[in-house]
Amino acid sequence: MKRDEILGRVLGPDAPELTCEQCFAELDRYVELLVAGQPADERVPGMHAHLDGCPACAEDFRSLRDLVARQGH
Amino acid sequence: MATALMTTPTQRHADSPARDWIERLRAGGPEEATAVAELHALLLKAARFEIGRRGAELRHLRGGGGEDLAQQAADDALLAVLGKLDDFRGESRFTTWAYKFALLEAAVKVRRRAWQQREVPLEDEAWRRLADAGSAAGRRAEDAELFAALREEIEAGLGPRQREVLVAVALNDVPIDVLAARLETTRGALYKNLHDARRKLRAALAARGFEIGGEEER
Repeated sequence: MKRDEILGRVLGPDAPELTCEQCFAELDRYVELLVAGQPADERVPGMHAHLDGCPACAEDFRSLRDLVARQGH
Repeated sequence: MATALMTTPTQRHADSPARDWIERLRAGGPEEATAVAELHALLLKAARFEIGRRGAELRHLRGGGGEDLAQQAADDALLAVLGKLDDFRGESRFTTWAYKFALLEAAVKVRRRAWQQREVPLEDEAWRRLADAGSAAGRRAEDAELFAALREEIEAGLGPRQREVLVAVALNDVPIDVLAARLETTRGALYKNLHDARRKLRAALAARGFEIGGEEER
């Protein structure tokens, strides 16, 4: 495992982040903004950092993003 | 007071298809039954999508069972969606909002099934990873010091639960849902442990004079 990867995993994001519960509550809005090319990270502050730090929420995010994109949002 | 402020969040934001879904799911009688069946079909589609993309993990499962998992995930997601209709704020399409419940249920079920017969790795495995990261060929001497300090702080500076969660999730790739089930708690509670542990480690390393960079790629 690379140096930066292991440090990232252990130390997590160095920015304010949502909790897992807040992430789930905002995930649908965040994904639709992202897929529509809107400034999702500005509209949902703390989401990007949480997705950097939480592997499970990041997987949920990628799945919803890909499913919505596939539906031709 | 403005009318918009007196309406429910769903009424305030929802587009027409979303309102149709909510109204039909609360209509009672055959209309509601039809809407529930349609919703279940959507959730099943999402669950199959999630399980399909996790094919590699499922190959480890005895006897397959992907379709059974998809059905269970859709059933559980249906209950969750119907129980949380009041939480729908109309800030996305209703289908996108509903999909996330099915994806979550499916993902959690796959992770737990894949780890059913597996032990959570011991801390030794994590220490080996840290040592490897600190001693790789060509590494600067500061990196070896950094990773040695990191191990010391993990061992001595964290509480038992913080250390357990950090080692399992961040170093040993144990899915947080799997660990949550074994410790009889929730993903959110464990992530709070992980978050607190990370903050403590950052502060401890900074106090020792190490400079740590910012975010990495998602």
